[in-house]
Amino acid sequence: MTIPTDLDRRFRASAASSGLLAASYDIIESKLGPLFAAVTDRGLARISFDPEPEVELDRLASLAGPRVMRAPRALDETRRELDDYFAGRRTAFDLELDLRGLPDFTLRVLEHLAHVPYGQTSTYRDLAGQAGNPRASRAVGMVMNRNPLPIVLPCHRIVGSSGSLVGYGGGLERKEKLLRLEGAML
Amino acid sequence: MMMTAVASIPPFETFYADHSAEVLGLLRRRLGRDRADDAFQETFLRALRAYDRLRHGEYLRAWVLTIATRVAIDTHRRAGEPTDELPDLPHRDGVPAYEELAFLTDELPPKERAAVVLRYGYDLDYEQIASALESSEDAARQAASAGVRRLRRRLT
Repeated sequence: MTIPTDLDRRFRASAASSGLLAASYDIIESKLGPLFAAVTDRGLARISFDPEPEVELDRLASLAGPRVMRAPRALDETRRELDDYFAGRRTAFDLELDLRGLPDFTLRVLEHLAHVPYGQTSTYRDLAGQAGNPRASRAVGMVMNRNPLPIVLPCHRIVGSSGSLVGYGGGLERKEKLLRLEGAML
Repeated sequence: MMMTAVASIPPFETFYADHSAEVLGLLRRRLGRDRADDAFQETFLRALRAYDRLRHGEYLRAWVLTIATRVAIDTHRRAGEPTDELPDLPHRDGVPAYEELAFLTDELPPKERAAVVLRYGYDLDYEQIASALESSEDAARQAASAGVRRLRRRLT
């Protein structure tokens, strides 16, 4: 026996508005396929291209505690901003972010990454320089690869010094799509 | 004594997915379809409220079925209906019964400990205990009484 959809939806809505959930997540449809997205009381904590939540759930639970549940209502604002972005109506996000637990260097790099404007690109080397260590391009590459909030923290805008796309945690095809969407690539 | 691995607490989503159908089934049998829906909400909200005070992930099924049973009793009471249900033991929702009993039962062999806790901590009957432990009713009864005998010997 599975429980009726209405009842399930009602409980998830009550859970979301009860304030009892440490983290809520949902699967959001997008032009890049389904996205796993999670928020805590501090803000957006995770976006992932892997829509299989198992691993992500355990990660969230170790970050925020075990009260983690799929509660679509809690993701309304995130969903709206992502929809607008993919429809070309939005060039910057107004979401609070939860980046707790990340090392200082990673936070510094992500802070600078957040300022790379829509429709433009920067390089791993430039970002390394801004974060205080021009020779740390590879480390910056690792930070991009493990970016907990792709799309919102625009690691797709970071390319090699020769202009090549180099790599992307979600696959190069997605990076290319995002850059085309923003008109940064013809 | 042999150490047994303690199950860690799964994310609430997993817990809910694993037990929601059975909880709804229990509530429908006790309350009928109409009232079961509200009781279902109440059961899982109570579980959610207490969830991060759990120390480990053992007996979660028995735990949530116990909460559901209490919610059903409360529903009957509110409606002014007689409840020939289990006696309502003093019990705080937030504190799982196995914690209250832990100081007594920690040193019992795992199967006896489980049977004692489920019988006297959760007030489950032997049929429920048997299904929680995946054994027969007789085996559950024997494990519980062996556990109690062992406790008595230790305490006297």
